[in-house]
Amino acid sequence: MIGRVALLILCLASIARAQETLTIGSKSFTESVLLGEILAERAARDGLRVEHKASLRGTRLVFEAVKSGAVDVYPEYTGTLLREVFADRGLSTEAELRDVLADIGLAMSEPIGFNNTYAIGVMPPTAERLGLTTISDLRGAPDLTFGFTNEFIERNDGWRALRDAYGLPQTNIEGIDHDLGYQALGSGAIDAKEIYTTDAKIQSMGIIVLSDDLGHFPRYDAVWIYRIDLAQRMPEALVAIESLTGVLDEAAMSALNAQVDVEGREERDVARNYFDTGGISSGTLTLSERIRQAVGEIPLRTAEHAVLVGVSMLLAIAIAVPLGVLAAHSRKFEQAVLGASGILQTIPSLALLALLVSLLAITGQIPTIIALFVYSLLPIVRTTHAGLTQISQAVRDSARSLGLPRGRMLLDIELPLALPSIFAGIKTAVVINVGTATLGGFIAAGGYGVPILAGIRRVDTVLILAGLVPAALMAVALTLLLDGIERFLSPAGARRR
Amino acid sequence: MFALRGIRKAFGQTVVLDGIDLIIEPGTTAALIGPSGCGKSTLLRLMNGLIKPDAGEVAFDGRPLEPSTLTAVRRRVGYVVQEGGLFAHLTAQQNVTLLGRRLGWSRTDARQRALELAELVQLDASLLARFPHELSGGQRQRVALMRALANDPEALLLDEPLGALDPMVRADLQDELKELFNRLDKTVVLVTHDLAEAQHLASRVVLLHEGTIAQDGPHEALLHEPASDFVRRFVSAQRRLHGLEGAAS
Repeated sequence: MIGRVALLILCLASIARAQETLTIGSKSFTESVLLGEILAERAARDGLRVEHKASLRGTRLVFEAVKSGAVDVYPEYTGTLLREVFADRGLSTEAELRDVLADIGLAMSEPIGFNNTYAIGVMPPTAERLGLTTISDLRGAPDLTFGFTNEFIERNDGWRALRDAYGLPQTNIEGIDHDLGYQALGSGAIDAKEIYTTDAKIQSMGIIVLSDDLGHFPRYDAVWIYRIDLAQRMPEALVAIESLTGVLDEAAMSALNAQVDVEGREERDVARNYFDTGGISSGTLTLSERIRQAVGEIPLRTAEHAVLVGVSMLLAIAIAVPLGVLAAHSRKFEQAVLGASGILQTIPSLALLALLVSLLAITGQIPTIIALFVYSLLPIVRTTHAGLTQISQAVRDSARSLGLPRGRMLLDIELPLALPSIFAGIKTAVVINVGTATLGGFIAAGGYGVPILAGIRRVDTVLILAGLVPAALMAVALTLLLDGIERFLSPAGARRR
Repeated sequence: MFALRGIRKAFGQTVVLDGIDLIIEPGTTAALIGPSGCGKSTLLRLMNGLIKPDAGEVAFDGRPLEPSTLTAVRRRVGYVVQEGGLFAHLTAQQNVTLLGRRLGWSRTDARQRALELAELVQLDASLLARFPHELSGGQRQRVALMRALANDPEALLLDEPLGALDPMVRADLQDELKELFNRLDKTVVLVTHDLAEAQHLASRVVLLHEGTIAQDGPHEALLHEPASDFVRRFVSAQRRLHGLEGAAS
């Protein structure tokens, strides 16, 4: 009987494993994450296995992910495809766009139903004082400070094209995150920013949207970009995708966005609610509800974060200590090892993550762990090298003159003497590692970065704290753990304390 | 026991030893002496292959030192440096018995050997469990000597073993060392800058000057038949110093 049950479980498990997973991607802003969650919810309700790699950093990353097959489908905007992704192709019609997509194995759904184009927003006092109603009116206000996302500043249909089309004179341009930009706009730190026409903040902050009187911005109809092979691999997924076209207009999307950005709900809850009640809001969450929601997520995020930090640190220790030994023992390798690990350290962490994602064509834990590993190398290599080279000539001579075998000399004498120094490097690395691992939130690696980035996106202090506080505690806990291990390994050091 | 022939050694541009020929017979106690920078420590470090000569040959027990035989030679030669060179992460006993344990001594054997050696150098056995930083300078040098003697070597190389100690402790240890050398009947090469210490401990004194041997022989020969003006000046300077030390104590 028990045997038969076990067999049944095994069969079910193997069926579940054999079934393909629909991998959904989304970019790191509320609407994209929300659309991803809505599709995930729809597909899950249709009985599909779903994974949502939420909040991938920027268009390039998520487009590369779907192109390489790391992601099956993600929500995109037609204007972004025409003017950014395929800007060099000079496409003008939807048919041409579908053709180039098909060439790289991708297809585009019918529009989801709303046009989320760019616009320029200002606060009412600014609009009144300067009499601003259209983008053309900005020509008469050259001293205004604009806050744009780096993406908007860089992209081909962004700030430069807008400036050229309208002949705008402003030169005070601040690079600022989209969601933080709303805070800056509200506080007066910037006078105008780029907005999306379905942003929840337009209503909640009373932002004045300047009309695009020259018709510069193209249409940004929301569509699903998916892999053509989905039709064979998971036809049910295609049905789910198609069921989510022509269903949301600007007002509906903006209202859904507001449930996340203004009311403070999780995207997943809003998506569930969309199917349960047709998207009718049940009111703003109270502070205690938001705290409970954020705290409830902490155990999962802790487990994810611990994996990122633990695996990358173990790898780093396993590689960096031998490298440090090599550098200390060989003049030939000394400069090469120390130089190379130093250069790796200077790569900006976000750039390294983006590079790894496009090189490996995967997102998630693996590129994050590799990046963390790279950053943890230098402190450990340097302190291992320093710990070994600072052993005095007298001790070194005494050890050599004993006639110990070479390997035993390293294990019995040199490494134990360098231990405090090596541990200082490991402790430095682990603190850096715990902090840097939050960037994994950008590439769907999980961990404390998820609530922190969601909190920044939604201007939700509770969520930010739900990531920051446990991250700080983890750094302290790991440092204490390492202190304990060090004491255990070095009785002399322990006695000295 | 040790045979050095035509030894030349330079560090960068500085020639430290220039044409040294030296034979140390088994069972003798020789002191290498000379002013700072004369190359006496370098000469000692050549004898157990811690450094290699630029020219010339070092032989131990009739065989030249080679990388393949170096480990075996080092186990037959005990070495003690001025600051003791004790391993800070090990207790006194672990310092003394590290090599033995790696060569297969049991825990009991190691303890037994440590106690014998402690008695030999007059170290209180209760100190064996201490770490080097918990010992006095004199105790540390005793432990270093125990470590050098642990595997019953045929020769001892001592590089200013008493150099870092205060005068009282130093005088005591000098007497103990003398007795120990007499008792053990090992070949001893001792580096010192103190002629009185050399006289006290060694039957043969090798005076080095600027990388060459200025005089080599019994202590009395240096006093009464100085080979050069340098030897005369060195001896008289040492006597003046000794006189001062005598007045102080």
